[in-house]
Amino acid sequence: MKKNILIIGGGPAGLEAAASLKHSGNNIILIEKSHQLGGHLARWDRLFPDGIRAREVLDKMIASLDGVNYFTDTDIAQINILDRSYSVILSNGISVLADAVLMATGFDLFDARKKEEYGYGIYDQVITNADLEDWFRTREDSRIDHPKRIGFVHCVGSRDEKSGCRACSKVCCATAVKQACEIKAEFPDAQVYCFYMDLRMFGKHYEDLYLKAQKEYGIRFIRGRVSEVAEQIDKTLQVKAEDTLSSKPLKVTLDLLVLMSGIRPSQNLEPVRKALQLAKDDDGFINERDAVYELQKTSMPGLFVAGAVTGPKTLPDTLAEARAAALQILSYLADNDKKPAK
Amino acid sequence: MDLNRVDQEKYARLVKLEPDVTCCIGCGSCTASCSAGVFSRTSLRSALLALQNGKEQEALSLLGACMFCGKCLMVCPRGLNTRHMILSIHKIYSET
Repeated sequence: MKKNILIIGGGPAGLEAAASLKHSGNNIILIEKSHQLGGHLARWDRLFPDGIRAREVLDKMIASLDGVNYFTDTDIAQINILDRSYSVILSNGISVLADAVLMATGFDLFDARKKEEYGYGIYDQVITNADLEDWFRTREDSRIDHPKRIGFVHCVGSRDEKSGCRACSKVCCATAVKQACEIKAEFPDAQVYCFYMDLRMFGKHYEDLYLKAQKEYGIRFIRGRVSEVAEQIDKTLQVKAEDTLSSKPLKVTLDLLVLMSGIRPSQNLEPVRKALQLAKDDDGFINERDAVYELQKTSMPGLFVAGAVTGPKTLPDTLAEARAAALQILSYLADNDKKPAK
Repeated sequence: MDLNRVDQEKYARLVKLEPDVTCCIGCGSCTASCSAGVFSRTSLRSALLALQNGKEQEALSLLGACMFCGKCLMVCPRGLNTRHMILSIHKIYSET
């Protein structure tokens, strides 16, 4: 019998799960709260480690939806737990009795204004990783005007308990090194610095990217966290850090500072999380049933998770989780059919 | 340290001659294996950092006891030609 599967979130996780489920003979409904599909990917220009175009990847994902029902500008208005299903009212007025729900709600980028000492939103020449991607895509940002000295600050809102996050955001090191190379390619005369605590280049080809940044682009890596930034009268930035490898305090004047905002839990999700009685972790992300074997399941039967809803993920990790979640949902629905009704 | 005051000219010459100087990952293998380091403070890792920070005399003093035995070359995980690098640093920065 045809079952209803509701997918919350039209970013990479939701899109890939929908595409994986479309031939299963079930009725797939995908909802996205914003006006377009793609989530954060729609805002990105190129992807680490090899620089493939985010748009090309997203276009492939959207093309493979191929007939799946989806609603943009649509959120959950109400969700109730029934015996073997979830009764959902969408913000567009449609009601769905979902036999399985996949939460593919993604993440929020850390709001860099909260790290006041870095001056985002106060000093003109301080931007974020997302702002820089916007510029790579559109070339529209008056702050980026032939900078000669550019700095990247890793771990902004990550590994920082005072900003509410002890954990590593996983993707910012590779993103910073990628962006450092890209901006150096745009402005070959510029000196580019990366301020890092540890470089976590864990994935395939990431270490190659690091070597390329050093060797081909001459990016200078400084081990130390930027402690403060001050704007000068000419709008340049005085940046202070410790060079922890030589144990000496260091200062440098920069024309542009890029903050690598980390991955934080989606705030929009809170009402749904509470209605579903889902536990969250200390860091605010949804808890999976266990952290090794049942990554796509939650404490609630029929409720599944994929992607950054449970914590920072790379794009390939997210896509793999989405495909895994699709299989687990089908297996859950098949098992459910065999059980006698209460 | 003030990076605004670092003289980039000599460093640029060094990088041209020895592109490997930009590729150090700061692991410290060279320093740990250094035969000269047993007797006198010697560290290629620290010397490369000192050069990037504009501390040329400090860099030279960190390499002054080097006997060019090449053990650092054998242990470098990035496969950098450390021995030749030390020679080039002496050449460029010992000029008066």
